[in-house]
Amino acid sequence: MRALASLVCGFVFGWGLFISGMIRPDKVLGFLDVLAIPSGNWDPSLAVVMAAALAVTFAGYALARRRTPVFESANQWPTQTAIDRSLVGGSVLFGVGWGLVGLCPGPAIENLASLSPGVVIFVIAMAVGTIGHDFWYARSVPAEQALVQAADG
Amino acid sequence: MANFTPISAAIGGALIGIAAVLLMLLNGRIAGVTGVFAGLIDPLSTDRGWRATFVLGLIAAPVSAALLGYTIPVPHMPTSFITVAVAGLLVGFGTRLSNGCTSGHGICGIARLSPRSITATAIFMAAAIVVVAVTRHLIGG
Repeated sequence: MRALASLVCGFVFGWGLFISGMIRPDKVLGFLDVLAIPSGNWDPSLAVVMAAALAVTFAGYALARRRTPVFESANQWPTQTAIDRSLVGGSVLFGVGWGLVGLCPGPAIENLASLSPGVVIFVIAMAVGTIGHDFWYARSVPAEQALVQAADG
Repeated sequence: MANFTPISAAIGGALIGIAAVLLMLLNGRIAGVTGVFAGLIDPLSTDRGWRATFVLGLIAAPVSAALLGYTIPVPHMPTSFITVAVAGLLVGFGTRLSNGCTSGHGICGIARLSPRSITATAIFMAAAIVVVAVTRHLIGG
């Protein structure tokens, strides 16, 4: 049932990205291109997507905080709070990659449906970067400390 | 603002929020694609099932849209495969290092009012804005 529940969630999430246009890298870049504001060609849609998603998630999480999940024994809220070099450095690297192509992980994976060679290359590179990080991390950090790393998302 | 689509953006954004809330209410998990993807492909991962179906659902969305008669946009990508590969590497490594992306930090984290996620989102947005300014206006002209 957990697998079926997350299938539905992924599906709804994917429809959200599709309807909002956020599956399209050119539309995302149209938001990130703030120098287009004076010429009137800036596209603020991504800000509206985030505002709507945040409003729903904020309200829904308030409800979720008071409940036990249906198919699990407890909610797994992220535990990390540190604003450290990993957070800052990782965010910079991610932002640079995002700005180069206009794809972040969700839309990148969803766009695999198009079978576009560029997207396939992007997702393979993303996988290499992810696994590369984990190997580098496992070598540089003591094992017990590595276990503390709980996912924010 | 000829390209601004506020209504579809609001509907789509609300759906993303509903999916994030549902995943917490049902499975007790954060809807962060970085964590889902990493937990799916990492050789050391032990809990792959729900992550695999989340990704399957994500990919099934545009496929079902096509079956309903929508046109699936072919993503507009840079012509240089080297640029695409470098960007993919940066996104994969960076999101893993900062433990989240647009969904995990940008939506789920900010909705929890997490200072960590608000910081991450401000930084990756700023970095992406700078890169677009440089590639479109400084180099691309």
